[in-house]
Amino acid sequence: MSVFIDRSTKLIVQGITGRDGSFHTRQMIEYGTQVVAGVTPGKGGQTFDDAVPVFNTVEEAVQATGANTSVIYVPPPFAADAMMEAAAAGVQFIVCITEGVPVIDMLRVRPYVIERGARLLGPNCPGLITPGQSKVGIIPGRICTPGHVGVVSRSGTLTYEVVNHLTRAGLGQSTCVGIGGDPINGTGFIDVLEAFEHDPDTRVVAMMGEIGGTDEQDAAEFIRTRMSKPVVGFIAGQTAPPGRRMGHAGAIISGSSGTAAEKIEAFERAGMGVAKRPIDFVELVRERLG
Amino acid sequence: MNIHEYQAKDVLRRYGVPIPPGDVATTPDEAEAIARRVGKAVMVKAQVHAGGRGKAGGVKYCPTPEAAREKAQAILGMTIKDLVVEKVLVTEAADIGTEAYVGIIVDRATKKAVFMVSAAGGIDIEEVAASTPEKIKYFPVDPRYGLLPFEAQQLGFFLYEDAKQARAAAKIMQQLYQAFVENGCSLAEINPLVVTPAGEVIAVDAKMVIDDNELERRKDLEALRDESSEAPSEVDARNANLTFIKLDGNVGCVVNGAGLAMATMDLVKYYGGEPANFLDIGGSSNPEKVVNALRIITSDPSVRAILFNIFGGITRTDDVANGIVTATKQNPLKVPIVIRLTGTNEEIAVRILEENGFAAMTDMDEAVKKAVQLATERATEGGK
Repeated sequence: MSVFIDRSTKLIVQGITGRDGSFHTRQMIEYGTQVVAGVTPGKGGQTFDDAVPVFNTVEEAVQATGANTSVIYVPPPFAADAMMEAAAAGVQFIVCITEGVPVIDMLRVRPYVIERGARLLGPNCPGLITPGQSKVGIIPGRICTPGHVGVVSRSGTLTYEVVNHLTRAGLGQSTCVGIGGDPINGTGFIDVLEAFEHDPDTRVVAMMGEIGGTDEQDAAEFIRTRMSKPVVGFIAGQTAPPGRRMGHAGAIISGSSGTAAEKIEAFERAGMGVAKRPIDFVELVRERLG
Repeated sequence: MNIHEYQAKDVLRRYGVPIPPGDVATTPDEAEAIARRVGKAVMVKAQVHAGGRGKAGGVKYCPTPEAAREKAQAILGMTIKDLVVEKVLVTEAADIGTEAYVGIIVDRATKKAVFMVSAAGGIDIEEVAASTPEKIKYFPVDPRYGLLPFEAQQLGFFLYEDAKQARAAAKIMQQLYQAFVENGCSLAEINPLVVTPAGEVIAVDAKMVIDDNELERRKDLEALRDESSEAPSEVDARNANLTFIKLDGNVGCVVNGAGLAMATMDLVKYYGGEPANFLDIGGSSNPEKVVNALRIITSDPSVRAILFNIFGGITRTDDVANGIVTATKQNPLKVPIVIRLTGTNEEIAVRILEENGFAAMTDMDEAVKKAVQLATERATEGGK
């Protein structure tokens, strides 16, 4: 078991012929992901690497292949439309890797996708991987190994750092999910924590947060009240200086919240293990795996 | 990207928001001329990207054009929160009856654009939010319909009992929302929204923050950027597609990814050091980025040791290694460098570095400890 993706996942790559799209498609195929179709408008009818049929639209790709998941590598100005196109075509799980999507676009995309019953991960995220089964996105496959630790994180390379430590210590992962750090995204910490709570294969969760906002505090409250599985947390940015803030609206809406100290306190209140350094995950997770 | 008050007001005027006349000046002469054109008492207001301008002495009332010249002379060149004032806004001094607050922000928690309005506006609005939150009304906007007239009117009546004023405020809020959406803002606010003794509703101060992701497709908004209002090293870094924030320590950090960059700074501190900066070289592979990163880091005289921490995923570590070799050939380093890299093409990267006389480490904790130790030694020597 795992969350969101497994070996039965049938994937479409939107932007398959682009620089990033083609590179990472090869990596995903090499890892064992079932990449069943690509979409690049105007290149329908071609075949990518003599293996993956390319379509002009997501709708055609879904009809021809029965794909249930899509990953997006298109440039920022077109990413919003790509996400909505996937949702309209009935794709159930949409992963947007693209960095730099305007937030005004995301204000419209999020409700559009939710209303069509789809789940969106990202944008501006590394995607996810269920070790040994399927990888959707850009997380390096060779740092992961199958196991029982669910990993969820707001950042990319910090996730790799922690997963690498876990793997080297023999602590495999059920699924590693990068939710991305944009203010308006599709899937948050709580969505992933809830999925891990219901996943029989996940026994402990490792969670990496950052300073800013209240997502980690809300997640801690969810962990305290709704989760039976142990969670170990880390907050990056404990030494970051307060930014030069313009205007009052940010302070009004979030009050003084968003500091590392406040988030760590919320973790402790929720009975979570708190890693001070990335390497501390190893011992804290091992203790909780029993 | 922050824009100045005078720029935000120019934007809002185009959407019909009533704003007292005024213009921006860079010299006392210009300030006096603008005050003469306005023909009434004016305010001279420092244009810097910092809050608390008034409390810092950067906002002055000037009854005459001569006073405007004198105050502009004093304010231009003054420093507010480390920023030098290069421009002042000279604008008609409004007669203030009441002060309200009207703002809209992209809210992470609700994942929506949220209006916030309060009749208790002015410089202490954050205090109002903290101590009397019931005085602030929050209203999330449905992006499909925008701020509907009846919704705007509800917000208007939350601010004012008088129907004429409530309707005027409602109209301003619809204009503000339109400006927010069409200019790709993450924040737009009017504070204070003033009712004059004559009963007119006007915007006396305005702020807008443009979403950085909007600038690529909107060159007209990018053109509003004022590089003189930013630290030169940060401008340099942005032009090189790097994210850089100067800090007070002596360990210069070059990292890929914001989360890992922050975690690296934290670890420097954990092992008893102080980071000199936050620097994220981002995801794409490009030796040129590394060359630029090293140039920016080494131009900071307080840096005693340089720490590279690269976890290659999308970033190829051999590109980073090539960048380090190229950069140090152009400009030999005067401080020690500690290089930790692991991930994509690690073997090639290590070979490149070793062939060029650099040691490569693979463990983050060991690398950070080493960099802190070197920086501390150098700092002690420097003190002798």
